[in-house]
Amino acid sequence: MTPLSPAPARVHPARRAGRCLVRLLLALGAVVSLVPFLWMAIAATHSTPELFRSPPPFLPGGRLLDNLVRLQDTIGFGRVLLNSVGIAVVHTALSSLISAMCGYGLAKYRFRGRGLLLGAVLTTMMIPFQVLLVPLFQMMASVGWIDSYQAVILPFLANSFGILLMRQGFVDFPDELLESARVDGSGELRTFYQVVLPCVRPQLGALVIFTFMTQWNSFIWPLLMLNTEDKYTVPVALNTLTGLSRVDYSGLMLGSLLATLPLMALFLLFQRQFVAGLLGGAVKG
Amino acid sequence: MAAPTAPTALDRGPAPVRKPSAARGRRRRPRLAAWIFAGPAAALFALFFAYPLGASLLQSFTSEDAGTTRWVGLDQYQRMFDDPAFLESLFNTGVILAVQVPVMIGLGLALAVLLNQSWLRFRGTWRAVYFLPAVTTLVAYAVVFQVLLKTDGGLVNQILGAIGVGPVDWLNSPTWARVSLIVSLTWRWTGYNAVILLAGLQAIGKEQYEAASIDGAGTLTTYTRVILPQLRPVVLFCVITSTIGTLQLFDENYVLTRGGPDDATLTPVVYLYKVGFQQLDFGYAAAIAWVVVALIAAISALQYLAFGRERRR
Repeated sequence: MTPLSPAPARVHPARRAGRCLVRLLLALGAVVSLVPFLWMAIAATHSTPELFRSPPPFLPGGRLLDNLVRLQDTIGFGRVLLNSVGIAVVHTALSSLISAMCGYGLAKYRFRGRGLLLGAVLTTMMIPFQVLLVPLFQMMASVGWIDSYQAVILPFLANSFGILLMRQGFVDFPDELLESARVDGSGELRTFYQVVLPCVRPQLGALVIFTFMTQWNSFIWPLLMLNTEDKYTVPVALNTLTGLSRVDYSGLMLGSLLATLPLMALFLLFQRQFVAGLLGGAVKG
Repeated sequence: MAAPTAPTALDRGPAPVRKPSAARGRRRRPRLAAWIFAGPAAALFALFFAYPLGASLLQSFTSEDAGTTRWVGLDQYQRMFDDPAFLESLFNTGVILAVQVPVMIGLGLALAVLLNQSWLRFRGTWRAVYFLPAVTTLVAYAVVFQVLLKTDGGLVNQILGAIGVGPVDWLNSPTWARVSLIVSLTWRWTGYNAVILLAGLQAIGKEQYEAASIDGAGTLTTYTRVILPQLRPVVLFCVITSTIGTLQLFDENYVLTRGGPDDATLTPVVYLYKVGFQQLDFGYAAAIAWVVVALIAAISALQYLAFGRERRR
């Protein structure tokens, strides 16, 4: 690296000072951005009284195991984590597939109701989903699905953002290739899975990660739907801990850390797809 | 952007619907197949979007007394004018819009400019660090802020105490609860906006900076006169998505303060939740929801007027 970078002496002193200032500002911002995470990790290894003593702990303590055992005892953390993983995985798989198929249908077929469907997709993006809370709740209650996993998973499977993202990916796919696949005797579904889908892997990756994150972090809908403790997802279970009169802060910090780590790992691994997915439609080039 | 992904695909403009080859290809493909692809999503939209949306609109004109539903016309909408809690929730939203959104966009813009320096190394790492708060699990983030801001013994008050200030009653005094909410929202979403703005900056060619520099413009002039005006659509996009986000604000303040103390951090959606699911006053909750819809529609119209022509969606 060093031989290629310009010799420091060449840079004008004023400019060098400017660059130092930029780095300093960025570092300062990074500290603000990261301190809550660091503190969450440190706090997860202390007991609650230790968290609030003066001076506060700056190094990891020895209570990690205690906190973990207590978290398991109070909210059944293992079970709750399993629920969250299960719901997020099933939701992400189904939702991504449905979005990709719908995006493909909208991009490559002309059919009656196509305009209506596209209109519905665009409208859902503008309507805040809170409008749906009460009627959806009543729907779920009337079919006796309150406190079931399908009630958490089903209503938000068709995802407008995902459909539009995938449609954009499919629009540019050459029709000649589709025609030649058909001439070769491939059915419509087989063409989709074996010819088209592999070509939009970047968009699909972005969609999968984004959907997983949204479902993992989803709070208000699971909060309304689930009411027995062994069905809770992580956010709902952690929220029950904050409502108590004597709050178990160190347990909460450990639970929060464990809820955040999978997402952080996913984000750092697939950062590029992730940002591209979030930017979908955001920036005009 | 380095990755040839979503943004580039979107840049290619409208679907090539009118190209003769595409139209022919489409017509020849069977209709049944189209419904196999679009059907599941269409059914889900009808069942879980269109139907409840209609139901909620009807419900907003009704009232429930002792198990019977009765048509009350616009009564539920009128109730809001004399409802101090609802008015307070609108006021709080206004405060967040007036204070938090500009601060956050300003910080995000500064951050994006700093991150866009060509000589800066490890730009991917910097970007990840700043983006991380936006991927945090919501409840986790609210919990961390609760612990950091705890009045007796919280880290923030301990640090303030060390320099002889405080303690500040962050989450229990109405004013400071608002400040806490604003600070925590800013922490969470500044990096997200910075990344979007950075992508906008990167779409502006290098030659623009060079041309400005040849014309004798300093760094500051280059940015204020040449670069920022071109970034305007992206800045507006960030402003409008943040505005819509603020109008829909629920999770952050529900978990952090439950809307309290004294409704100081109450937002329309938290209020809607309380009215609907704690007081079981579904008609009123539906009416509040539709007022939020109307506000967001107004903002979307603004968006269209402000830069509708420059966008192609």
